Amino acid sequence: MAESKEEALFQEKVDAEQKIEPKDWMPADYRKNLIRQISQHGHSEIVGMLPEGNWITRAPSLRRKTVLLAKVQDEAGHGLYLYSAAETLGIGRDELNDQLLTGKAKYSSIFNYPTITWADMGAVGWLVDGAAIMNQVMLCRTSYGPYARPMVRICKEESFHQRQGYEIMNVLSHGSPEQKAMAQDALDRWWWPSLMMFGPSDADSPHSAQSMKWKIKRQSNDELRQIFIDRTVQQAEVLGLQIPDPELKWNEETQHYDWGTINWDEFFNVIKGNGPCNKERLTARQKAHADGAWVREAALAYAGKKAKKKAA
Amino acid sequence: MTQQEALFRFAVRMGDNSLVLGHRLSEWCGHGPQLEEDIAQANIALDLIGQARNYLTYAGEVEGKKRSEDDLAYLRTDRDYLNVLLCELPKGDYAQTIARSFLFDAFHLPLQQALTTSTDERLKGIAEKAVKEVTYHLRHSSEWLIRFGDGTEESHSRAQVALNDLWRYTGELFIPDEAEEMLAKAGVVPKLGDIQKEWSATVGRVLKEATLNRPADGWAASGGKKGVHSEHLGPMLAEMQTLQRTYPGVEW
Amino acid sequence: MSKEQDFPLWEIFIQSKRGLDHKHVGSLHAADAQMAIENARDVYTRRNEGNSIWAVLAENLHASKPEDQGAFFDPADDKVYRHPTFYVMPKEAKYI
Repeated sequence: MAESKEEALFQEKVDAEQKIEPKDWMPADYRKNLIRQISQHGHSEIVGMLPEGNWITRAPSLRRKTVLLAKVQDEAGHGLYLYSAAETLGIGRDELNDQLLTGKAKYSSIFNYPTITWADMGAVGWLVDGAAIMNQVMLCRTSYGPYARPMVRICKEESFHQRQGYEIMNVLSHGSPEQKAMAQDALDRWWWPSLMMFGPSDADSPHSAQSMKWKIKRQSNDELRQIFIDRTVQQAEVLGLQIPDPELKWNEETQHYDWGTINWDEFFNVIKGNGPCNKERLTARQKAHADGAWVREAALAYAGKKAKKKAA
Repeated sequence: MTQQEALFRFAVRMGDNSLVLGHRLSEWCGHGPQLEEDIAQANIALDLIGQARNYLTYAGEVEGKKRSEDDLAYLRTDRDYLNVLLCELPKGDYAQTIARSFLFDAFHLPLQQALTTSTDERLKGIAEKAVKEVTYHLRHSSEWLIRFGDGTEESHSRAQVALNDLWRYTGELFIPDEAEEMLAKAGVVPKLGDIQKEWSATVGRVLKEATLNRPADGWAASGGKKGVHSEHLGPMLAEMQTLQRTYPGVEW
Repeated sequence: MSKEQDFPLWEIFIQSKRGLDHKHVGSLHAADAQMAIENARDVYTRRNEGNSIWAVLAENLHASKPEDQGAFFDPADDKVYRHPTFYVMPKEAKYI
């Protein structure tokens, strides 16, 4: 395909590591791809508030309660930064909302798993945030300026998220036998879904190659997944917990861990809507939006009245 | 009652008010009417829980039985919680949440302001930090109440219903118990009558701007300050305390 | 789904310390200016980043066009005489 002059210039900028800004010319597919990725990312933050929000009222100490609330609040903030970034590409908040609430837009499948014990707060922070951070660190160098900038902020803010999760796991795994069992059970349930967070294998990832060329993504799904595994195994050892993968083994030759096979059927099934909590998550967001309608209307009506008075 | 016992009760009450209200506000997290407001409300909840930690820690020290903030928060039953009833009511719709916060904030701010001149150094220190936070809380709840009152027909009616329902719980804020009377005489805490005057002025000003009616004073519900609560606090504490109760004596 | 009117979009600028510039940090939605400033406080200064906040309605913000970049900014390239290092000073002169 012959590239247009604009397209060649655009690619030149990207190759020279110059950031693309909202008013710059960009290929229609670059814009489309970014809107899809940024809004999915934003939706994931917003829906991601729910599984952890589930434990705010039951956190077992005032310190834990404070930390968890601050963390979930951060996620709302991060969702907002990301929606802001998407809006620079010409999609409005109302449309973003619509896409989420009608099920048209996707969000990270991990949040369709239930948080059934307190240890899940540990596992989610340690593994889910851990995996998310790897992705986000990479995105600090993404080619689109308004996406890269909030990523820097998000990475800074999220640095406590993973640590608070690991701290919970550490306390539990060195606590009473029941607590240790709770921690192991959480690791058993969250390990594989966390690995799925990096997305399908590079070979099966439809958007990957183009995203790499445009430097929206900087590292492949499989690369990031491997780094995550290599780091996490050691952290699990410190906790004295068993990673639920019998094939997990250090490979001297590659200097990486070999590991088992992801159940991709489960992954695609959950994406399609057949996960344990898909319906609950969407319903909760729909309800919040519907219940808030009169609140938003009131605020707008009042702002309108005030503006009129000022003009008069 | 010794002054030490009175101080313990007062610190516990301040802690319980903040903890219970903070807990109720935290229930909105992830379910707020708008993303930006969700974040704002979480901030207020965090302020309140932070205040609760300061007060309960201090209460434990005053008592001298080595009870920590968590012992006090998680191992007392509702009969030993001393918060006002207003704070424990369910969150309701957003008008009820805002109206409740407003009625409490309008009381909480002059109280904290007065405590910055307490003869008790610790109460004074806690209040100095809390005043800034509560100033913002009152601003937030007032502005939203005004938006509701002077917004749409629906929001006006929801806000008025909420005020009418909550009004009966405001009397209790200003009825001093034995501990508060004793501490007021010693200059440790202000007289609640003085706080009531400021509260009443704030409420009058904001309701007027909100075009809402001030409900008539009538029968006032009370009991929270003595540990005789509504039916709402028990279930709230059962939820909050579940892990500490199920697995006693471990670290979290 | 029925189409409801969105809160307007505001661009937020934060001054992190007295004496520094206000820097663009992002945007948010709010019904009015007061709400925009208060929301900005909770959204963008949760970690003590703020000393002062500006909120500007996004529709009131006007920007230069990228295609003007050359005509706008390149001519400044060769105006080296606007920089102090352009001038040769005798070594003996102090404080200049």
